[in-house]
Parts: sequence; structure tokens; C-alpha cells
Amino acid sequence: MTFEIVTQELLHGFWQNCEVFALTLLMAIPLGLVVTFGSMSKFKPLSALTKVFVWVIRGTPLMLQLFVVLYVPGLVFGVPMRNRMMAALIAFVINYSCYFSEIYRGGIEGVSKGQYEAGQVLGMTKSQIFFKVVLMQVIKRIVPPMSNEIITLVKDTSLARIIAVGEILMAAERYAGKGVIWPLFYTGVYFLLFNGILTLLFGFIEKKLDYYRG
Amino acid sequence: MAILEVNNIKKSFAKCEVLKGITFSLEKGEVLSIIGSSGSGKTTLLRCLNFLEFAEEGTISVNGNQIFDGKHFEKIKETEIRENRLHFGLVFQSFNLFPQYNVLENVVLAPNLLKRDTAENNQKRALDLLKRVGLSDKIDYYPCQLSGGQQQRVAIARALALDPDILCFDEPTSALDPELTGEVLKVIKGLKSKDSTMIIVTHEMEFAKSVSDKVIFMADGVIEEMGTPEEIFQNPKSQKTRNFLNKSLEQF
Repeated sequence: MTFEIVTQELLHGFWQNCEVFALTLLMAIPLGLVVTFGSMSKFKPLSALTKVFVWVIRGTPLMLQLFVVLYVPGLVFGVPMRNRMMAALIAFVINYSCYFSEIYRGGIEGVSKGQYEAGQVLGMTKSQIFFKVVLMQVIKRIVPPMSNEIITLVKDTSLARIIAVGEILMAAERYAGKGVIWPLFYTGVYFLLFNGILTLLFGFIEKKLDYYRG
Repeated sequence: MAILEVNNIKKSFAKCEVLKGITFSLEKGEVLSIIGSSGSGKTTLLRCLNFLEFAEEGTISVNGNQIFDGKHFEKIKETEIRENRLHFGLVFQSFNLFPQYNVLENVVLAPNLLKRDTAENNQKRALDLLKRVGLSDKIDYYPCQLSGGQQQRVAIARALALDPDILCFDEPTSALDPELTGEVLKVIKGLKSKDSTMIIVTHEMEFAKSVSDKVIFMADGVIEEMGTPEEIFQNPKSQKTRNFLNKSLEQF
């Protein structure tokens, strides 16, 4: 059981983490915006419903949500969830959409009313105001809280292990089961490296957006 | 024919009646100053003209065409509001420049989005306007790199870029340090010509006196007194006007 073999085995597991991470981001980033529009809607029933939904998702453990997505389709609707990866993805996407939506909402509400009014008196349409005036300011505001959340997501992917998605910690536990404990600690290096790259990336983006204030 | 006719505009917020029937008209090329203490409804009046608020009663006509009637305001379509807004330009107290765009981009953004002309011509016009407000050397600066006075001058150029029939100023110098007020007032004064009609809400009495053709003194949501600068500042008829002018001219 050499270092190289363990490294490769763990890398294989970590690939699953990367998959959950990338697909969750890809779907939760736009879906979060939909949730935001729901919770900010002037149509009261829709905004109330969305807020309750966000409360439930943010108020319960992601681990519990993984179980729910895995078991409830089979228990309640008689269609068992066979694909564990799929179950993990659904739970992650829903969970992170709700967190992202709150960040977006904060970002959108942080843009002053004057910016909208300036767009209005210049004859812009609502969508022109959103995309040409407001959006860039929202993006600048949300980069720091989003990077926080995205780094948390990297680590949360290991929770998929609880419904037996063969991610890196599960791979390491197999060694631990055989009495070799160090691969378990070694997994930390993978997360650290990955998050190190992300941190550099977010720093770069923040710097890129630093040319203006407000 | 009057370029602007405002007839019996009324506006309330909740139970509080802010405008209690405002009527005035303005000829092309005239400069109107609106003075009065805070809370008298000056800003609300400007916001009603720019359709940032909607009056519940009264009419607004531009060039003889009625563009707004309080009776039907709930039925007006978004596109119609947008078209009508373009008769007016508004310069805000707090500038409200778009921070992510540089000076030139701030000025050309709306003309380009509205496809006023080719991008090239829009830019040429924007450069002319920036020259007029004395900012030719700052076109690639971002708002955060400019002083308040410079920002307000960009905002004036931005409003002029759409060539409004009537340009409104909502306390354009109230957010500025005293030493920056002069440069903005000078620019506004420089805009005065036979083609440009302006409405200026201001607390700068000396400025109002020197730039206006017509002055309105507002108090408690009504026009207390209206007249030429001489009439208002030298021979105010109303006691309220006299009190207000005495207070604002008080020296410390």
C-alpha cells in the first residue's frame, strides 16, 4: 500500500467531490436568482411561499436533506431513487440555491434607489436597468459572500458520503477500516489545495472589480 | 404656446397631502426656480413631472399635447410612461451616476440603449456635451475618481444627452461642499439659452435671483407666490414668502 496508490485512490474519490461541486454551482447559481425573484416578488403569496421554502431548507441540516431526497421518492411516491449521485445533486442544488438567493437579495437590495431612478428618467426599460445598471453592482457586492459560500460547498461535498456516494472521505474510510488511518488525514490536503486555488481566483475577481466603488 | 402646462397637480403619501393643486406654465427658453422650505413639496413636484411619482389629480401638457392625466394614471402603460419621461430630464441631488461606467460611458449609455443615433454620433454628441460642462479631460475617469462637483457636471451632461424639452434640477448643489457649488451653478447658468427650458429646485437664493425668468415660492404643498425674480425677492406680497426669504438671508 504505497503512497502513490493511496494518492490515486483518493484522487479518484475526490473527482466525485469535484463533480458534485461543479454541477451544483452550475445549477444553483441561476436557480438562486429564480428563488430571489420569488422571494422579492410583489405577489404576496409567491413571496411568502418562497420565504417559507428558504426557511425550511436553511433551517434543516443538509445531511437530513440528503436522506429526504434519497428515501422520500421511494417511500411516498413508490419510485425509488436509484441514482445516489443524482440524489446528492438534487439536495445540494436546492440547498445552495436557497443560500445563494439570500446573498443575491442582499446584493440587489443594497443597490440604491437612485440608480433605478436614474435609469428610469433616462428612458431605460426595466430589463435594461437591471442588466445594464444594477447587475454589475450586484455582482461586485456579492463576490465576497459568494466566495465564502462556494468554499463551504467544496467541503460540504463530502457529506454525499452519507448516502454512499463514493467520494474522497468514503475512499479514505475504506483504508481506515483496514487499520490504515493516515489516508483519512491526507484527504485534507486535497480540500486545502482546491480551496487554495479558489481563494486565488476570488481574489483575482475582486481585484478585477476594484476599478470602481459603489 | 407654452412648452409646459401643469394644471392642478395633487399628490398624497398615505394620508399626507404633499401637493394640493399646483398650476403653472412655462414658455420655451424660460428658467423657473422653485424655492421654499424643506417639506413644501418642491421635490415631489419635480418627481411628478418625471413620473417617478404619479399625481392623483391634474394634468401635464408638453407643447400643447396632454401627456398625463391623473384620472387615468393607473391605466398608463409602461412604454407610454417611458416615452413621456423623455420630455423631461432630471439631475438628482445625489448625482446617481452609474459607478461601473466611466464618464463617457455614463453619458452615452442611454442614447445608445434608446438607439437615438448611431453609436458614433452618440459618442460625438457626448464628447461635445462633456466639453460644455468642462470635463473633456476626464472622459475615462470613473465617478469615484471625481469630486462631487465634477460628478454633478457629468450628470448634467448625461441628462442633456437625451435632449429633453425641459431639464429639471433637484437641489443640484445641496450635496456639495460650498467651494464646489459655484462650478456647478456656473455650468447650469451657461446652459441658459432660448432653446433650453429649465426648472430648478434650489436653496441658493442668489443663484435663483440671477438665473431665473420666473420664481415659484412653495409652502405646504401650494404655490404661495409666483412671479419674476424682482417681484419675489424685492417685493414679496405674501407674509410667508417674506418670512422665508428673511430666514434664508439671515447672516450669522
